[in-house]
Amino acid sequence: MNKETEAVYDYQVPLITGNQTFSSITDRISSITESKTTKEWLLLFGLASSLMLLLFGSIGYLVWEGTGIWGLNNPVGWGWAIVNFVFWVGIGHAGTLISAVLFLFRQKWRTSINRFAEAMTLFAVICALVFPGIHVGRIWVVYYFFPIPNQMDMWPNFRSPLLWDFFAVGTYFTVSLLFWYTGLIPDLATLRDRAKTKIRKVLFGIFSLGWRGGNKQWKHYELAYLLLAGLSTPLVLSVHSVVSTDFATSVIPGWHTTIFPPYFVAGAIFSGFAMVMTLALIARRVYHLEHIITMTHLENMNKIIMVTGMMVGYSYSMEFFIAWYSGNPYEAYAFINRAFGEYAWAYWIMISCNVIIPQIFWSRRLRRSIPVMFIASITVNIGMWFERFVIIVTSLSRDFLPSSWDYYSPTFWDVSLLIGSFGLFFTLFLLFIRHLPMVAMSEVKGVLPQANPHHGHNGHEGESK
Amino acid sequence: MSEKVLAVLAEFKDPADLLHAAEKVKDQGFKKFDCHSPFPIHGMDDAMGEKRSPLGYVVGVVAVISVIGMFAFQGWTSAIDYPLVLSGKPLFSYQAYGVASWAVMVLLSAIVTVIGMMVLIGLPRFHHPLFYSENFSKKVNDDGFFVSIEADDPQFEAEKTKKFLESIGGKNIELVVPNEED
Repeated sequence: MNKETEAVYDYQVPLITGNQTFSSITDRISSITESKTTKEWLLLFGLASSLMLLLFGSIGYLVWEGTGIWGLNNPVGWGWAIVNFVFWVGIGHAGTLISAVLFLFRQKWRTSINRFAEAMTLFAVICALVFPGIHVGRIWVVYYFFPIPNQMDMWPNFRSPLLWDFFAVGTYFTVSLLFWYTGLIPDLATLRDRAKTKIRKVLFGIFSLGWRGGNKQWKHYELAYLLLAGLSTPLVLSVHSVVSTDFATSVIPGWHTTIFPPYFVAGAIFSGFAMVMTLALIARRVYHLEHIITMTHLENMNKIIMVTGMMVGYSYSMEFFIAWYSGNPYEAYAFINRAFGEYAWAYWIMISCNVIIPQIFWSRRLRRSIPVMFIASITVNIGMWFERFVIIVTSLSRDFLPSSWDYYSPTFWDVSLLIGSFGLFFTLFLLFIRHLPMVAMSEVKGVLPQANPHHGHNGHEGESK
Repeated sequence: MSEKVLAVLAEFKDPADLLHAAEKVKDQGFKKFDCHSPFPIHGMDDAMGEKRSPLGYVVGVVAVISVIGMFAFQGWTSAIDYPLVLSGKPLFSYQAYGVASWAVMVLLSAIVTVIGMMVLIGLPRFHHPLFYSENFSKKVNDDGFFVSIEADDPQFEAEKTKKFLESIGGKNIELVVPNEED
């Protein structure tokens, strides 16, 4: 793109509306963390943290009593815990896609949403890590996962996909945390400079590391950010691919397919964008960020939700096609059973929420309607939870021997852990939007038209070539 | 001693002015100067005559070492130190080692990226003379654009440097001196 078309593009579709200046952005975002706590926030926080306590209580009882409190039975050895794990890891992927992939593709619209999408990634991965942690049963020996020398002179089995998963998700969490923190440094310095109270001065002072905004700092900072984006980008593809190998490397009909890695990745991005959408709509409304998270941003996200939704829909139909085309009777049975067997209700919830509902976004009017996208984003997440439920439970409940077939239903503790994990997620998210800048101020300033050194200086061109 | 001038600080109007100022300060032959802004400015490295950050090479080396190291480690644990046949797979099942090698490579590279960045930009450093300036502390991370020239630059002479910054259009020029209150 030459300079002229770029300029036209910049001015025709402003990313940030309402004639913002650099300091109006600072004020808008920082004041959220500086103003008094509102009643609404306290109410939500009280609700979320009560649910989080439900999670902790349920985990306590689980550790005391054992995994027998779940609805697992003989063929269905993986139930809601694994469904929830895959669901939460999937949610995280949108944050990484927004912060890393869209950064590499120079999609400037990401700057308004990347910070809280990254935060969402972190909190979703924390929720995800809870489930395999408690699913091991004897949680006190969970350190067996780590390849550390021990008194038994044993090493973990690197040939197992479950161990790959541990490495993939552990890395994912750490890298996401580093990426998020690196992005926060300049904004923490902004909050430090505005701080009025002693506690804020000290805390933001420590965590902003003494940032001075000099170009000799920015140049290393920008390269580090680029490197982290480069390192995270393949993680968007690899983490959920590795999660899918937990299933694909087994010999269970309905799991043992090569389509799983790309199918899981598309589903992860799909559900993650829906979650970003839900949270963005709420934060935008509550904190009046309509000029920063604009309709353009929301429309772009809806387009991504529709595209990834169709990829997921394609995967569903391709699984069916291959089940028939492979000529394998077990595979064919697994799929007919999914759509028309005992769990058909779950299958059709999944199809309606993931394949049919996102098609409404073909219409520009619906794509730009806040209530429509809010409801659609929630149904997508319901649908994606059911996708994992369908994959895991329908395949396991009908294994090779009809004598061992059984129906799986969850118990109270399955439900309390799922609801509780939402409590943990929202507790962390509420703390984040209350205490940290939820929009990347330095990045948003960088995409304002006046941040371009050539802006308004068309008279004397040709500098710094 | 408290009146010793540590740096000279000048404020500029917008990114374009800062960019022009950076070129002029560079052309004057100053070395220990910096241009401060609330966000990175496109073209500033060229204007200041800064070289590209070497961080990429450091991370590249770490990435290569960690991917080879983790692959070798998995081979050593499963074939030499703790040979155990599982599911009839060969002891040295190199196909299975890709994922953990890859994950460890990304993990260590990311950690080295962040630590390397901090070393290169000299952070954490909680105290710096420029923070003595109230105007700088208030605006640099909000909407201020500053040039600072530090006293240990060989060409530095407080009054002359101040005049020079005035001549290239700097406003609110300050001689940064230690602040008694702290």
